Amino acid sequence: MCLGVPGKVVSVDGSIAVVDFWGVRKQICLDVVDQAVAPGDYILNHVGYAIRRIPTEEIGATLALYEELLRHAAADDDLMAADVRGEIHGATDEQS
Amino acid sequence: MSSHNSGVAELKFRDPARARSLADALTRVVGEIDRSPVSIMHVCGSHEQAIARFGLRATLPRSLNVIMGPGCPVCITDVPEVDEGVVLARQGVRIATYGDMLKVPGTSLSLADIRAEGAKIDVVYSVAHAIELAKQIHEPLVFFATGFETTAVATAAAILREPPPNFFVLSAHKYIPPVMEIVAEMPDTRVEGFLAAGHAATITGWGVFEPFVTRHRLPVVVAGFEPLDILAGLVRLAELIRDGQPAVDNMFPRCVTKEGNLRAQEQLWRVFRPIGGRWRGIAHVPNGNLRLRDEFSHLDARKRFDIDLHSLWDLAPAGLAQECICGDIMAGIKSPHDCALFGKACVPHSPVGACMVSSEGTCKIWYQYGGHPDLAATTAEGNSRGYCAR
Repeated sequence: MCLGVPGKVVSVDGSIAVVDFWGVRKQICLDVVDQAVAPGDYILNHVGYAIRRIPTEEIGATLALYEELLRHAAADDDLMAADVRGEIHGATDEQS
Repeated sequence: MSSHNSGVAELKFRDPARARSLADALTRVVGEIDRSPVSIMHVCGSHEQAIARFGLRATLPRSLNVIMGPGCPVCITDVPEVDEGVVLARQGVRIATYGDMLKVPGTSLSLADIRAEGAKIDVVYSVAHAIELAKQIHEPLVFFATGFETTAVATAAAILREPPPNFFVLSAHKYIPPVMEIVAEMPDTRVEGFLAAGHAATITGWGVFEPFVTRHRLPVVVAGFEPLDILAGLVRLAELIRDGQPAVDNMFPRCVTKEGNLRAQEQLWRVFRPIGGRWRGIAHVPNGNLRLRDEFSHLDARKRFDIDLHSLWDLAPAGLAQECICGDIMAGIKSPHDCALFGKACVPHSPVGACMVSSEGTCKIWYQYGGHPDLAATTAEGNSRGYCAR
């Protein structure tokens, strides 16, 4: 619940955006983010709400951590990767 | 460089050369501080995950303790708060909550326990999903709302969107800055600086820590979650400690500004008011709990329902819970290795304490990533190194 996950905005309809997280598309609420968001922007998602628009020049550095974690996505005992996957899929941590 | 920095080469850093130079800088700066050990506290489960997962403690100088404080939002949800959810569900009220909350123990029962008995408990990823669920049903739905300010803003935003009339909120939201004051004031504390969590500070801004720094004369550094971000944050914090310079520094500018997200703050404080209350294992934290303002009392599950906590009194508390030291672990006074239950009676699939339940709890993180990875190389020192040496 502490770690947000970045994703790329695909489309915006009012206060809802469709955001792509490494191929998984989800509806994300824009009620909280403090800057205008347009398709192509990256946002930081936290429990279904965008909390920040990521400045263009910071996208590469922001994605690096997640890509490292997702490279090991198969490992079930990797808590941090599992949390990131949970945020991406909107899944819950019920079994763990 | 000295042998204990050899771990750097084995870690998968984005930039190994920079990682090595940061680790060397940290060793140098900590060495220039005229005391040992130097204790730094972070207050974020994701920081602990990254420290454990990337084996960062193996790169830290021996005289530096990096301690996890009350940074797991699930773990610090207090027993009576879990009890409120349990009682409501046992009274037949449908509950929606985050998956991490299910196994968190109350006085005698968890939400998972009563779900097994047939109580209606839905796991949701987002408050938005809870509202969607409420729209599809006719009975009341109580969203058991937990988490720090990053999660509380989502609850606030959802409440301001006029949820359906059968939607209610049981708020156990917590606000991080006040608990840092409590830790700083604990008589046993040896914390000389705080590493603040980047994504919570995205909401609050780093300016929120300035009054704390003035009051307690302890430095605060905001850091991100990448291993390099954390190392860079530790170096800066060690410099501020060495120089006796109580200040706030932002080492995560790609995400955090001084003011933070003002739109989010406006919604957060319009919906919630801070009140004093207990955090599990810590203490009474003035202004640490977020409760709905009177304007939203029609949504407040505590106002709408009669929550009879006495109905739990006949149930015997779990025996092992008496031995659990989660509170001391969350206060940074003890480590999981000090607990007789850790890894034996208390394991992730059958947790005794809250710290073993959540993926952000210290005990679960240590259990899952092999406890304290750097200790394998320094077994003679036991578990005094790197954590809570007293």
